[in-house]
Amino acid sequence: MKLLVCVSKTPDTTTKISFANNDTEFNTQGVQYIMNPYDEWYALVRALELKEATGGTVTTINVGSAANDTVIRKGLAIGADDAIRVDAPENCSTYYVARQIAEQAKAGAYDIVFFGKETIDYNGAQIGAMVAEMLDMPFISYATKMDIAGNTATISRDIEGGQEIVEVDTPFAISAAKGLAEQRIPNMRGIMMAKRKPLNVIPPVDVSEKVSVASYALPPEKKDCHYIDAEDMDKLVELLHSEAKVI
Amino acid sequence: MVLVYTSSPEGQLKKSAFEAVTYGYKAAQALGTEVVALTIGNVDNAGVLGQYGAGKVLNAAGAESFDSGVHAAVIAKVAEQIGASVVVMPDDSTGKSLLGRVAVRLDAGAVSGVKTLPDTSAGFVVKKNVFSGKAIVDYNINSDKKVLSIAGNTFPPEVVGGDVAVDAAGVDVPASRVRVKEVSTVKGTVPLPEAELVVSAGRGMKDPGNWGIIDELAGHLGATTACSRPVADVGWRPHHEHVGQTGVAIRPNLYIAIGISGAIQHLAGVNQSKTIVVINKDPEAPFFKAADYGIVGDLFEVVPRLNEAIKKFKAAN
Repeated sequence: MKLLVCVSKTPDTTTKISFANNDTEFNTQGVQYIMNPYDEWYALVRALELKEATGGTVTTINVGSAANDTVIRKGLAIGADDAIRVDAPENCSTYYVARQIAEQAKAGAYDIVFFGKETIDYNGAQIGAMVAEMLDMPFISYATKMDIAGNTATISRDIEGGQEIVEVDTPFAISAAKGLAEQRIPNMRGIMMAKRKPLNVIPPVDVSEKVSVASYALPPEKKDCHYIDAEDMDKLVELLHSEAKVI
Repeated sequence: MVLVYTSSPEGQLKKSAFEAVTYGYKAAQALGTEVVALTIGNVDNAGVLGQYGAGKVLNAAGAESFDSGVHAAVIAKVAEQIGASVVVMPDDSTGKSLLGRVAVRLDAGAVSGVKTLPDTSAGFVVKKNVFSGKAIVDYNINSDKKVLSIAGNTFPPEVVGGDVAVDAAGVDVPASRVRVKEVSTVKGTVPLPEAELVVSAGRGMKDPGNWGIIDELAGHLGATTACSRPVADVGWRPHHEHVGQTGVAIRPNLYIAIGISGAIQHLAGVNQSKTIVVINKDPEAPFFKAADYGIVGDLFEVVPRLNEAIKKFKAAN
């Protein structure tokens, strides 16, 4: 099977958020970047497991600048066979990224296109659905389990307060949630081999942007914690009722 | 026109549907137009959407189970048919699976998890939380058509009218390529993403057998129970209760965290709660920095005391 895994670069969870250029850009100074956990831990690893079980190839795709190559090499170190980077500026929109991925996915005729359920920076959860529509593929989101027999996949997906089990034939697109696979740590051999694996840089296609960032802001400062005597729970209930007005 | 798609799991409209119609109604008023609600499949009592401001309710029959491709095709056809410039949907698992597809079909700009009405004083600007609530972005949508999914628990449903008749949407429903085999949902409790009150516990509970006081507290409040990642990982609590970055992200009115230290990954999933209460015996627990109300004490003494206090309060009110 030909498997494509879309991998994104995101700031580490512990990043302190600040802005530049009059609050119109995210300040990347000193930011530690990682591969988006949903892409790395679940989507990429499930694709590798499938390849190990049934044969085939795993290709990763990223849309961004050469600054992303470290994250892309990590994907190769974990076990992807080759990588595509569509050479694009920072801060392009979800639609722009989706269009680039769709172009490459179409050209490669993949059986399954994997995404993480969302990135942990912009939390948009849009690109998988966009690419699926551009490729006219079924899209199964929030997948927590996937088994394949022949060309048919049986997939469990998270829905509000429960699970849904669906069946779908290849080709299809899928977004990965916790449970789809277990995180893999790259070993030294993988890291060495990754240096020799192909990372193909491809120019982007033209896309007209539909959404732009007007400005960023920090959320309002949280006021200090109001400590309540552990003996006096009547006081807490009173405050939740009359001050916070939540009960 | 503003078109609101309302998801209807197992044929039932839920609060997220009423919130989306309320948002659509307010946006339509600001834009000087009207709102049409769309339901897909067999839906009980869809006319009730009129109460939240839908001037018209349409139903597309023939797509009983969820397939994002089929639903997106229907929504886009209806949007074109009624000349909708804005399409609104809930930001739930259904809406998030559809938003991008509908945007591509309509050649529209899309923003998910919107938390404000559009500001049209300079373009079409909506706000959204990013970085798990650590920042807010103002997005400007430049395209003629816009597609928005609306953050849950942000626009409380408001009744502004009465039921309306449900008309057939009159569009073809394409064949589905996704075969739904089984749907299982927890009955009797409000699912976490929709819950207004959440009681959550972590490793401080020491043993899964100690959860009785948590269930009792949730029972008194009518709250949904949740847990931290470590206790879900060791199997003390079911996986679907795990809130945090890799679990469910929630934004209830009240989040009570009991015996949870407040690791940054946990906070990322809960820090958009309106009021946070933290009960922990460690005064240095990082969670207190994110708390509105903090109680430093042994949870095995504090929680039973809180249960008594709430029982007393409920009896008096």
